[in-house]
Amino acid sequence: MEMPVPDGRILARRQEIIARLRSVLPGDGVIDDPVGTLAYECDALTAYRCRPLCVVLPRSTAEVAEVMRVCHAEGVPVVPRGAGTSLAGGALPTADSVLIGLARMNEVLEIDIGNRLIRVQAGRTNLAVTAAVEAEGFFYAPDPSSQLACAIGGNIGMNSGGAHCLKYGVTTNNLLGVTLVLHDGTIVEIGGPQMDAGGLDLLGVVCGAEGQLGIVTEATLRILPRPEGARPVLIGFSANEVAGACVADIIRAGILPVAIEFMDRPCIRACEDFAHAGYPDCEALLIVEVEGGPAEIDEQIGLIRQIASRHDPVELREAASEEEARRIWLGRKSAFGAMGQMGDYICLDGTIPVSALPATLRRIGELSRDHGLQVANVFHAGDGNLHPLIIFDANRPGDLERAEALGADILRLCVAVGGCLTGEHGVGIEKRDLMEVQFTAADLEAQMRVKDVFDPGWTLNPAKVFPLAASAARRGAAG
Amino acid sequence: MIRPSSEDDLAEIIRTAAAPLRVCGGGTRPVARAPAGEGLSVAGLTGIVLYEPQTLTLVVRAGTPLAEVEGTLAAEGQRLPFEPPDWRGLLGVDGESTIGGVVAANASGPRRVQAGAARDSVIGVRFVDGTGLVVKSGGRTMKNVTGYDLVKLMAGSRGTLGVLTEVSLKLLPAAGAVATLVVAADDPGAAVSVMQSALSSPHDVTGAAWLPGTGVLVRVEGLAASVAYRSEKLALRLDAIGVERDPGRNVTLWQDVASVRPLQGRSGDLWRFSLRPSEAPRVAARLGADVVLDWGGGLLWTVLPAGKDARALARPYAGHATLMRADRPTPHAVFEPEPPAVAALTRGLRARFDPRAILNRGLMD
Repeated sequence: MEMPVPDGRILARRQEIIARLRSVLPGDGVIDDPVGTLAYECDALTAYRCRPLCVVLPRSTAEVAEVMRVCHAEGVPVVPRGAGTSLAGGALPTADSVLIGLARMNEVLEIDIGNRLIRVQAGRTNLAVTAAVEAEGFFYAPDPSSQLACAIGGNIGMNSGGAHCLKYGVTTNNLLGVTLVLHDGTIVEIGGPQMDAGGLDLLGVVCGAEGQLGIVTEATLRILPRPEGARPVLIGFSANEVAGACVADIIRAGILPVAIEFMDRPCIRACEDFAHAGYPDCEALLIVEVEGGPAEIDEQIGLIRQIASRHDPVELREAASEEEARRIWLGRKSAFGAMGQMGDYICLDGTIPVSALPATLRRIGELSRDHGLQVANVFHAGDGNLHPLIIFDANRPGDLERAEALGADILRLCVAVGGCLTGEHGVGIEKRDLMEVQFTAADLEAQMRVKDVFDPGWTLNPAKVFPLAASAARRGAAG
Repeated sequence: MIRPSSEDDLAEIIRTAAAPLRVCGGGTRPVARAPAGEGLSVAGLTGIVLYEPQTLTLVVRAGTPLAEVEGTLAAEGQRLPFEPPDWRGLLGVDGESTIGGVVAANASGPRRVQAGAARDSVIGVRFVDGTGLVVKSGGRTMKNVTGYDLVKLMAGSRGTLGVLTEVSLKLLPAAGAVATLVVAADDPGAAVSVMQSALSSPHDVTGAAWLPGTGVLVRVEGLAASVAYRSEKLALRLDAIGVERDPGRNVTLWQDVASVRPLQGRSGDLWRFSLRPSEAPRVAARLGADVVLDWGGGLLWTVLPAGKDARALARPYAGHATLMRADRPTPHAVFEPEPPAVAALTRGLRARFDPRAILNRGLMD
């Protein structure tokens, strides 16, 4: 992965920069020793590592603003980091950057049940947002798999999704406002407790901009009353095509399940070996979950049973108890752990129109054979968000490169069938060089103009999202 | 009025334009001040590009009439989630709303509280910016975080950053059944507390509004048994005085809300406030005029005597006010003035996307 050459002038001023940062962040808020900064050299995309110039751990918006003023004055790049769970290298530092960690900013600032909102500091974890309101019967809907660890600031940067998007949408649909610290330390409020924008929808473009437009330090989030209950059904099929057709029929029938999860045979087998959830031996498996009161659940599941039975399911199992529901989800939720047992893996998240599902899975199978690497598929079928897991051996020379090449082919396929490179993980560095597969030069130009406005020096989260060649002139002019 | 017949045609017109252009779709969603310039209508860019009911996705050219879109979806038992409102009666205009205009105005109806705003249903756009560059953002999948989300930036930008040529939309199944509870509430304070109780229930309320003289309306939609169950639970919780289950009468009732029927035809200045819902009663009291509330109190409409500064009367409030219609030229800003640092960002974006300031110049200033 090509990264820009670190700025020698910044490296030469390292001690002065750290001293200035210490003067604005009291106590242990600045980490510059080699051991301390090692923990920040990568995120969940561990194949790429680089230690930053130093790490700062502010506790407030005001402290972030102070840090940004120093970095602006010194012309130092800044890399924001929530909890470091990015699978796309979104929080990978450069050697000449100051990494701003949000871990100490985890306070709840306001809970307003009547208006169904919560305001938190951006370092608070996703699950801890729900924890703050669940006693009142509320929850925060977007639920990325990493929700125990991932920070709201990172969720906003990547516009994170989760398993329940079909009904509840992704981060951008549940975000009401942010406090944003701009490149020069200016603090702005964008959005708020109201339900739409008074002018341009700046909130909409900040969300998902991968920390390149400013540092999100606080967020106002929509919270929702928790449904009375939920129940999953597990349906096994003899072929991927049949499972895909069943998904289409469920949606056509006017049912809106909160989740439709799809696992193919390699994934089913791996999960079964790992978690012993009692999954049937079949080609494809759906987990369909519906919500509501008992009568509502019965009504929806009755319809789903009718539809599924027209597709000759190998098995149809409805959870009759909490324990059975837990067992149905057990295999799915341990999918990534199960894959970890099979070897190292790359997790992609290309997204396709659901109508292209059977053909895409068939083609992924062919690509897998051509490249000689196993691919297991587990994904959110309701919204077409694939998660092909490419299994490889990191210790075997050339395997990572082969896996990356297969991954790139799969993502090109997703774009070719009308989909996109990433549905919820973000571009980061991982998919940066594939952006031209999906976008024209004009499309990228329009996106980079937004960056020009918010970050004229191109110092925020450098070398991510845009192909280096496409942004070279701008970065050169800024430097 | 210039009427390009294709995206390429439009791009050429914008590239070679020597004077400001007044961009419009059907012209049914004006605000109180129209931008100067020669009219540029996208009404010639019509047609459904792709409709896949089984994936809940529609791709449609921007000039396609809203009625045609809604008719096509209804035939397949689907609909636009955000319930686009018809403001013609309210704003005193004729014409035919276009889907591009709906997106450009981010026009969202009562279902905003449950299904999101128009911008939340838009998953892709194509547009021509002020330099004539043809740009796409997003696509036709529900989940897509590839690159910056210019879709949201374009939604609600009212043609000031670019002219929409095509939009992709996420759809929902139309509801098989519907019920609206009527709850007595004499004033905005009582109304907001009823609406907050409804929206805080687990019963998936898809509309919560207050019409003076009628009371609070609370809607549930979905499968028949589910609607029966939830409406009974809510009737008890809210102490409802009536339940409307007839589908046709429900349509009329919510059209009255979406089109703000009680304030139609009144002389004076029409203001739209987007607020923290619990602030609506205090804002209403300070305005001292009739109001209609939607979105659980988050949306407040009022008519004031011509020339009155609603913002000055309403302060303090979190949110914003828009002057939607004025009887005579008004000295007041149509859109809520932004704090300086935010205004600088907005100006910067306009300068980049439309450096000659030819698209709806000054409309949102």
